[in-house]
Amino acid sequence: MSDLTRMSAVELAGAIKSKQVSAVEVAQAHLDRISAVDERVHAFLHVDAEGALAAAARVDKGEVTGPLAGVPVAVKDVIATKGVPTTAASKILEGWRPPYSATIYERLQAAGTVPLGKTNMDEFAMGSSTEYSAYGPTNNPWDLGRIPGGSGGGSAAALAAYEAPLAIGTDTGGSIRQPGAVTGTVGAKPTYGGTSRYGLIAFSSSLDTPGPCARNVEDAALLHSVIGGHDVRDSTSIPQPVPDVVAAARLGATGDLTGVKLGLVKEFAGDGSEAGVTAAFRESLEALVKLGAEVVEVSCPNFQYALPAYYLIAPSECSSNLARFDGVRYGLRVGDDGNRSLEEVMSLTRDAGFGPEVKRRIILGTYALSSGYYDAYYGQAQKVRTLITRDFEKAFEQVDVLVSPTTPFVAFPFGSRTSDPYQMYLADLFTIPTNLYGGPAISVPCGLSEGLPVGFQIMAPTMADDRMYRVGAALESAVGTFTPPAL
Amino acid sequence: MAAISREEVAHLARLSRLAVTEQELDQFAGQLDVILQSVARVGEVAADDIPPTSHSVPLTNVYRDDVPQPSLTQDEALSGAPDAFDGRFRVPRILDEEA
Repeated sequence: MSDLTRMSAVELAGAIKSKQVSAVEVAQAHLDRISAVDERVHAFLHVDAEGALAAAARVDKGEVTGPLAGVPVAVKDVIATKGVPTTAASKILEGWRPPYSATIYERLQAAGTVPLGKTNMDEFAMGSSTEYSAYGPTNNPWDLGRIPGGSGGGSAAALAAYEAPLAIGTDTGGSIRQPGAVTGTVGAKPTYGGTSRYGLIAFSSSLDTPGPCARNVEDAALLHSVIGGHDVRDSTSIPQPVPDVVAAARLGATGDLTGVKLGLVKEFAGDGSEAGVTAAFRESLEALVKLGAEVVEVSCPNFQYALPAYYLIAPSECSSNLARFDGVRYGLRVGDDGNRSLEEVMSLTRDAGFGPEVKRRIILGTYALSSGYYDAYYGQAQKVRTLITRDFEKAFEQVDVLVSPTTPFVAFPFGSRTSDPYQMYLADLFTIPTNLYGGPAISVPCGLSEGLPVGFQIMAPTMADDRMYRVGAALESAVGTFTPPAL
Repeated sequence: MAAISREEVAHLARLSRLAVTEQELDQFAGQLDVILQSVARVGEVAADDIPPTSHSVPLTNVYRDDVPQPSLTQDEALSGAPDAFDGRFRVPRILDEEA
């Protein structure tokens, strides 16, 4: 058997099913890899070796079957996992072991995947670099001095470092796609409502979307099909089946895009992308044209307001959602000396437990929702959201998908954007419009710029997730996959 | 002119139950001012007659059938609490001492 950690999820599942290798051997190989490299990468906040080996043993006994049975998966630490520490990379939840599991985690377990542990992230999924994790950043396997993207940098880095073949992320403004782009891996944000939010620690409830991360498009599609679909425990879950994303990925892999129209958003040109990012994107676009696709320029005039609207809507929802961390029901409590009041203890707990970016967003959201400012900020942002949705709908009358670079710049060095929070926000310039609209989007590696990966984003209409997998797999067939230098 | 003052940030922090330090206030006031000036661009859009979107999935309230289902036990619900007593969450005092 070749190196088990280098194999795709599809290959691993096949080898396990045909008994060429046991699920326990596969799990152990990945646990060994984590032991060997994670001190340098720091993709994981918690490794659940015992749980992984037990899950693998159940697959080997034939108790669970399915298309991903026995395949290891790394899970972002914002997903509640019963009995397994869950912190959302925050001090305020240090040591918390949830008494229940997220729906998508239960689906992973029911499908026989082997959860390896919990991955690092920006605290409460707020950030684009993992530098806002309370437990220290994750290092990009392509260059350990650079960020792995965020918020789901741990999941993406675990894939790029061959610590896991599959991972779960969550995408509120780009937190699956941007880490995928800067680590040379695939990250897909499903249609909002297409994957359950039950058991996902809420940041911005109208935007948060869990989704798959992988090293190739077909693996991502398989994981998507396992975790997706209606959930009665999430009232925003769409009561329709997930489109056949796996078939779409396989169709795309044949390399034929005849008749597929790709929309190029006019307003994204001259957007401040790095030259190397633009060059890799353009070359990939030409590769798709060679496969039969047609490129059509479309206008989405309100996309320029997506970033401002997002940074009003998301902080507003966050200021409300994070009110639950009150030092009473779970997590940290600070300053309870028997004399201080509940309110004082709550304020001390929240100041000690939250990091700077979380505090900034809570304060910003509280401001945007205050009486007197509500109409000008939160109310206006919601109207802009309507206009952005209309831009998408109009564009999709003309084209099948929209395409862009995933993020304007390749992985940047640590510390280069933390002093000016707005510079960090620009990492999500191209990913945010989709979240406001609610449609699906995927980032697929498309080339290198100065030796670092560049991501190609494909955005599709709501509940047409299959389209992005088809185009993504076609792109992958044309440009190949990208392997980081040995760690 | 600054979009937000240090005093306003202090007030918002109190409303948010964040006992921020003086140093944090100095830092946040400047940063939030930059952010607010940027996000205020939403005001440039003429949107008076545009309905707001709170959510991408058009939904009315979703109810399940009123049938009892398994849920967390009392012990499970209290398992993560920093302090519990006699089957309840234990909290610091809520009322002031007798004035």
